[in-house]
Amino acid sequence: MTPVEWAIVGLALLGAFFGAVAAIGIVRMPDVYTRAHAASKSDTLGAVLTIAAVAFALESGLSTVKAVFLVVFMFITNPTAAHAIARAAEDQGIEPWTTEEER
Amino acid sequence: MVEFATAMLAIAAAFVIFAVVALYRVFAGPTIHDRVIAVNVAGTNTVIAIALVAAAFEESVFLDVALVYALLNFLLSIAFSKFNVEHGGVL
Repeated sequence: MTPVEWAIVGLALLGAFFGAVAAIGIVRMPDVYTRAHAASKSDTLGAVLTIAAVAFALESGLSTVKAVFLVVFMFITNPTAAHAIARAAEDQGIEPWTTEEER
Repeated sequence: MVEFATAMLAIAAAFVIFAVVALYRVFAGPTIHDRVIAVNVAGTNTVIAIALVAAAFEESVFLDVALVYALLNFLLSIAFSKFNVEHGGVL
């Protein structure tokens, strides 16, 4: 592999790390709001880093433009979706998790 | 020495594994919102895996598939949260 390809693989591995953080947060967090937090922030950052690596990896101009569109779209819609779900949960009267509940 | 396409495919496989891990919350989540968030994360990881496959095989057609999948994933989350609040009053 060339050094540019090593850099692309490094960027994608950094994105995979944040994807792993999002998956662990989805499984381990205690209530719906903390899970929405893990899903929106970590997974968006992982998606942006990984698809940026894809944009650097693809050769032709049009596919790079498509990948950049995908990055921008992910960056806008993913937190919006998590916010809508968390707002729906708040509207349904789901109480946020507190430490007193644990004892 | 690893090939570039092999490395990209390995990272795509890792994202598929993360999507399967998020599916645990779809089965175990106590409320419907937990399940919708977990489905959203699994869909996002699927989009990333499709984009990485596009980079590995140098097929830009897969990027169109990833774009449409991302649009449908966003629509699913918005539609489910809207449906839960007003019980289908708007949709």
